Amino acid sequence: MNLDLDDRERAFRDEARAWLAEHVPASPLPNMDTAEGFEAHREWEAVLAAGRWSVVSWPAAYLGRDASLLEWVLFEEEYYRAGGPARVAQNGISLLAPILFEYGTPEQRERYLRPMADGTEIWAQAWSEPEAGSDLAALRATAARDEARGGWVLNGQKTWSSRAAFAHRGFGLFRSDPSARRHKGLTYFLFPLDAEGVTVRPIPKLDGHPGFAEIFFEDVFVPDADVLGAPGDGWRVAMSTAGNERGLSLRAPGRFCAAADRLLTLWKERGAGSAALGERVADAWIAAQAYRLYTFATLARIERGESVGADGSVNKIFWSELDVRLHETALALLGAEAELRGAGAPCDGAWMDGYLFALSGPIYAGTNEIQRNIVAERVLGLPRGDR
Amino acid sequence: MRFALSDERRGFARSLDDLLGDAGVPAASRRWADGDSGPGLEIWRRLAEMGVSALRVPEAHGGLGAEPADVVVAFEALGRHLVPGPYIESVVLAPPLLASAGGGPSLDDLAAGTAIVTAAAPPMAPLALDAHVAHAVLVLDGSGLSAAERGEARTSVDRSRRLFEARPAGAPARLDPAVAAGALDAAVLACSAQLLGAGERALATAVEYAGSRRQFGRVIGEYQAVKHALADVRVALDFARPLVYGAAVSLGEGSPDAGRDVSAAKAATSEAAHLAARTALQTHGAIGYTEEYDLGLWITKIRALATAWGTPAFHRARVLAAVTAATG
Ligand SMILES: Cc1cc2nc3c(=O)[nH]c(=O)nc-3n(C[C@H](O)[C@H](O)[C@H](O)COP(=O)(O)OP(=O)(O)OC[C@H]3O[C@@H](n4cnc5c(N)ncnc54)[C@H](O)[C@@H]3O)c2cc1C
Repeated sequence: MNLDLDDRERAFRDEARAWLAEHVPASPLPNMDTAEGFEAHREWEAVLAAGRWSVVSWPAAYLGRDASLLEWVLFEEEYYRAGGPARVAQNGISLLAPILFEYGTPEQRERYLRPMADGTEIWAQAWSEPEAGSDLAALRATAARDEARGGWVLNGQKTWSSRAAFAHRGFGLFRSDPSARRHKGLTYFLFPLDAEGVTVRPIPKLDGHPGFAEIFFEDVFVPDADVLGAPGDGWRVAMSTAGNERGLSLRAPGRFCAAADRLLTLWKERGAGSAALGERVADAWIAAQAYRLYTFATLARIERGESVGADGSVNKIFWSELDVRLHETALALLGAEAELRGAGAPCDGAWMDGYLFALSGPIYAGTNEIQRNIVAERVLGLPRGDR
Repeated sequence: MRFALSDERRGFARSLDDLLGDAGVPAASRRWADGDSGPGLEIWRRLAEMGVSALRVPEAHGGLGAEPADVVVAFEALGRHLVPGPYIESVVLAPPLLASAGGGPSLDDLAAGTAIVTAAAPPMAPLALDAHVAHAVLVLDGSGLSAAERGEARTSVDRSRRLFEARPAGAPARLDPAVAAGALDAAVLACSAQLLGAGERALATAVEYAGSRRQFGRVIGEYQAVKHALADVRVALDFARPLVYGAAVSLGEGSPDAGRDVSAAKAATSEAAHLAARTALQTHGAIGYTEEYDLGLWITKIRALATAWGTPAFHRARVLAAVTAATG
């Protein structure tokens, strides 16, 4: 048992570190949930892609580096340590791409992966509906067969779709067989957000920025070429991304380790004297370290051929609460100044902005209550009972 | 990088589980608490046959010279099964101290498990555990090591921990500070592993109970309040474990971060095991609160180990000092 990198991994990490030191913007980009910030972040994706750092774990044919999972984790560590900007392309890269690789046709991969990798096309995930949140299988948006045109006609409404206010394309689930029950008869579609019949209504988040949106579909035509996986098989296809979202691919340890390091700096500037706060700072650091080591243990399991399965839910509960804890500890250190945002606030309000974002972690990607149900039933083996 | 237990170590864990699962440990623990150490010492003998007492003794003296990760595997099993006795002191702490300072029982006897040593190491462990069964009592104070006499007995919340004051007799031998520090870190690590095992057992017991106890016409494990509480224990233990193994790696490699990592493991396992104990008790209701039901043995053990070998506050302070010194 060891935590040593081999020569290849060390070289990879060093190369990433050197490149990032040279390229990461010196001052923070504007918030990516604003029109201006969205464009700035897209440009950054293009810079990353030009250096071949936007999708390191993808095959070289699609702008990747064929990096191992461990190398990806190392890259993320370097990225956040260097203060790299939030990734506006993330939903596409971490939620859609894995299933394009697994279920997509060669044409779909050709058409979509490269523009996703270099930020030309930003994707939004359109799963949730007003009446289908935790109970996603209750979704009602429909897809009706249109034999004449060789495709499907979408109707209904999606909501809380991150980045959709500015994004180019969406992916989502629609009920294609109204007679089938719940998880059956759903189909996975890819569609442009500026298609005829699509209306996007941005919704400002708690921080005031239009971070997500409602999407209305009125007789929107999608050709067969943009069905992902087999018609009627959408649930299974979608669930393979849900695992990604809860597990590794959305949250490498790097961001939490970097936040823990910033917290230590803040502690040195502001903390001294309060033993109680010191304990919270130590706990936050310990938890970030635990997450990092847990990830390495997970990588070893994957390498042995084990599947992570419902442990992804254990992981999701931990990282989302860790993120809140890290930020709450920082705000405690800031005292009365904690409430300030923007210019003139400590660290330009980065801690409060991060806190507001962290608050959504226990909600999105399946609420932590839903994750606890999964852990209790599928990891601990407790009875499912009536719902 | 390979951050996973080898097949060999998993096999070791399984054999320990098999042995201890059949050994009637809770009964032995109760007898130990009542002053009859016979059954507990029989378990000591059988564990020694499996190599537990030899783990940290150098090979030249019949030991295994094993890595900290092996110690972690063994102590997680000891915690899971609630084995009573001064294992941390005799198996983990004493061998490097006696190898360095000489004196006391022979290392060969320690390896064979025929000699038992206990020790106090103030301030982390001010009292000597189970000195009534020990052939020698040591006091490690800073880097000074003394032979000691068993003093007055004190009472622990865990009745199977029989604690004694230790009075140094004679001038202390001066140890290499690095040896003393390394031995102490290994003891803290072993205690963390024991907490992890005890926490796992408390959780397993609670899950089993929740799957069989019925109220309002259903098993209580169907109720979401019960499910969620137990799921949170699963999360806490799953994220304490890698800290324990990470600390074992640091310690095994002689990393300068070993002290920090060991302290992180102890703080996290104390919290996680404590949550496991509280939740297991709550899941059981009143039966868990009784003396005759075995769960209480784990609850009181966890409460005692949470502050043994350094309180969580002590270890957090040590982590904080180390990481603030490291960041620029
Ligand atoms: C910042 C943010 C970004 C998002 N981005 C996207 C996106 O890009 N695409 C997308 O499709 N969706 C997105 N979502 C939506 C997200 O997936 C849903 O909010 C989430 O699944 C919960 O659904 P809901 O909000 O309807 O809450 P509800 O399902 O109504 O839940 C409300 C409360 O009831 C609890 N609850 C519900 N059912 C149970 C149960 N069985 N047991 C116990 N408790 C239960 C929940 O845990 C929660 O506490 C985003 C959400 C946020 C906050």
